[in-house]
Amino acid sequence: MSVAQAIEALRRELGKNNVITATEDLFCYSYDATADLPEQTPDVVVTPENVDQVVKVVKIARQFRLPIYPRGSGTNLSGGTVPIKGGIVLSTLKMNRILEIDPSNLTATVQPGVIIQDLNNAVAPYGLIYPPDPGTVATATMGGSVAECSGGLRGLKYGVTRHYVMGLELVLADGEVIRYGGKTVKNVTGYDLVRLFTGSEGTLGIITEIIVRLIPAPQARETMLAGFSRLADAGNAVADIIGQKVIPATLEIMDRVTVETVENFAHVGLPTDVEAILLIEVDGIPEVVKSEAAAVRQVIAKNGGWVKTAENDEEREKLWSARRAALPALARRKPTTILEDATVPRSKITDMLLAVEDIGKRYNLVIGTFGHAGDGNLHPTILADARDEEEMERVRAAVEEIFRAALSLGGTLSGEHGIGIAKKQFLPWEMGNPGVQVLKKIKQALDPDNLLNPGKMVDLT
Amino acid sequence: MSIFDGLAAVEEEILKCMKCGNCQAVCPLYQESRREPAVARGKIRLAAAVLEGKLEPTDGLAERFALCLTCLACVASCPSGVKVDRIILAARTVLTQKKGLPFIKKTIFTGLSRPRLFDLGVKTAARLQGLLFKNIEPGKMQPRFPIGLELRRIVPPLAPVPFRDQVAEKHTVERPVATVAFFTGCMTNYLYPEIGQATLRVLKAHGVDVIIPRLQHCCGAPILYNGAADMALEMARSHVDLFGGIQADAIITVCGTCGEAFKHLYPELLEDIPRYSERAREVAAKILDITQFLHKLPFNPKLFRAPELAVTYHQPCHLGRGLGVVQEPLFIIRSIPGVNYLPLKEPARCCGNAGSFSLTHYDMSYQILTRKLKDIEDTGAQLVVTGCPACRMHLTDGLTQEQMPQKVVHTVELLARLLEEK
Repeated sequence: MSVAQAIEALRRELGKNNVITATEDLFCYSYDATADLPEQTPDVVVTPENVDQVVKVVKIARQFRLPIYPRGSGTNLSGGTVPIKGGIVLSTLKMNRILEIDPSNLTATVQPGVIIQDLNNAVAPYGLIYPPDPGTVATATMGGSVAECSGGLRGLKYGVTRHYVMGLELVLADGEVIRYGGKTVKNVTGYDLVRLFTGSEGTLGIITEIIVRLIPAPQARETMLAGFSRLADAGNAVADIIGQKVIPATLEIMDRVTVETVENFAHVGLPTDVEAILLIEVDGIPEVVKSEAAAVRQVIAKNGGWVKTAENDEEREKLWSARRAALPALARRKPTTILEDATVPRSKITDMLLAVEDIGKRYNLVIGTFGHAGDGNLHPTILADARDEEEMERVRAAVEEIFRAALSLGGTLSGEHGIGIAKKQFLPWEMGNPGVQVLKKIKQALDPDNLLNPGKMVDLT
Repeated sequence: MSIFDGLAAVEEEILKCMKCGNCQAVCPLYQESRREPAVARGKIRLAAAVLEGKLEPTDGLAERFALCLTCLACVASCPSGVKVDRIILAARTVLTQKKGLPFIKKTIFTGLSRPRLFDLGVKTAARLQGLLFKNIEPGKMQPRFPIGLELRRIVPPLAPVPFRDQVAEKHTVERPVATVAFFTGCMTNYLYPEIGQATLRVLKAHGVDVIIPRLQHCCGAPILYNGAADMALEMARSHVDLFGGIQADAIITVCGTCGEAFKHLYPELLEDIPRYSERAREVAAKILDITQFLHKLPFNPKLFRAPELAVTYHQPCHLGRGLGVVQEPLFIIRSIPGVNYLPLKEPARCCGNAGSFSLTHYDMSYQILTRKLKDIEDTGAQLVVTGCPACRMHLTDGLTQEQMPQKVVHTVELLARLLEEK
């Protein structure tokens, strides 16, 4: 039984428009957004248009023993969609309909290929929002972000993707279609499989429909930029803001390296004599927003910082442009950008920032750190040149040390990017071998033939 | 080494791509096809594969690289600042060298690269076009037979007398404030002489002397964008010679792509040719779009008067993102008394024409246009203003096919129409 026969069967079942085999095209499905990973072209790319066609793909894959790599926009940062064992890439991009917006139940039902921003645009007229907002909100698919359990800038107040997924339809490795959860706020029927599949990185089932929770859009917001001449002051300010019982929607930090780089490239008027800046946004009911913003300003002053408040949308946009420029500006300093997402409890933010700074010095690497200080999720960004193998060796060693530092502070390997290929080998560091064994047992139970996204998260050997 | 010497010249650009995929959010072609080879990230991977020797320069590869509007939307939004257009042009050049051009393009470009022959050919065609096209209404024709154009496509007729044959070479005013050389471009010369006439009138009204050099011809951009750098070399040289030898304060263009050819492509193309590299840069430094020039003069809104007129503005890709001319046309439009400017939701989104792309991929080109038409309808404007003859042609095509009432004019035509006769 050959790959050629499998392709023939796929063409028969899906139509030739949904089966891509040209070498030039396959090259374009050999990667995702992750740096410094091996690439592999699949044998075939399929673009099913509905759940029935997904079932057919799974059955053909079983018959011919070909792995299936589900793929949305391919914007993940863990190697989650790279087809490292060849086989079939299953693109969900043709399943891109918003099936229902239900304002009375505050839910939306979508197909996996819907772009997150498109969902937000569709629910905006109802005065609703879908809060998870990863940096790729304009490109990433709902299916991909549920599979990876994406986070984003509003994690501190609004949580991450898993807090908004209420129901899922999936195709399992044996070709069965199952549905779990639904539109009810309360549901304790059976194990919480919706949570299991959210963040399962395509290794346990293929998501074909998603029911998500929506919330009312906040009525008002206030945006502030604060600067500190000592890193510790910024870290303490983060802790104190929460200590004042204020939960900002956004509480972002940028270190000196990042601020300098942003200012050099984007000239947005940031002061370069600071050790760190914070971007803070509080939102909600107008009266509450006002008093929370006042409390934030007090905390910043107490910690020796200065603060600038946006008076209107234009000024708000300017403050945000500084934050948005962080990754682009860093990315332009050197050709290769390695973006990490090690995460620590919020109270350990200062320790983590200092640890990363120290690692950068010891390995003689430029590391700019920015990220979601409010939820402890930092993005140490290492700037390198992939052609310089000696430098890349130092990068890999530094990344390992960053993981160790995060874990020693009670944190985690990955706050929002996922494990994929990139962090697979480090899993035992966090959960121990018995912990990894449990993951393997779950994988074994649901996908014994290792057909779904094999080589990711855990290996079945 | 220039981008017209091959992919090695853009290795740094290729390497800068961090594969984040942000280009997906802005690429008009990707949004229609939702296939990775359509988007910049995919094409950069393909270019890398060619450079690494993993992919041969096949016809299939040439097809993938042809699928790009060079609208520069990805370049404008790329976090890493990758100059995707340079990679595309370098790849197309390599592929054209290895694989040659498709017959239809080769025929057209050979014509364009021989100015006198081309001029004669177009004039002859202007007399015979009634055989191949039927008139729909003044200024609009449709092919009678499938002659390389879709039968439903609406195109403007060739002018009976091209613009440069309608006017003298030199135009002087009393007490001139400046002297400019006017590069008309082919579409203005052969299809829209009214854009040329409008430019002349508006410049003269502002007290500007205008030289319209007789010996100018196609800028070569269509050829360069299709990877036939060798064919365009002589064209670039002759224009650098011609315009380099004219005493003028500025060289005016009314098409962003022509402007780009002079400003960015010529200096690149002539980089390694002694005697030409510096002159090409000098000529490039003088290039200004008509709106840029008027804005600098400064523009005098008192010369114009509009009866209440609701207009919108479509920003041409090579004018806006290519030459950076974004604010000037808006400033001019909004400063005319009586003109009510109603912005498009996405003014800078490509209309889909993309030059010869609309010849080879008309269905896709029209699909992209459909979004623009919807956007135009939503504004409530009566008139669509734009700064590029190709956009004007494409927008008119779509508005006519969809039976929408809006008309399309070049920015400078709007000005000429509202000019108060003294």
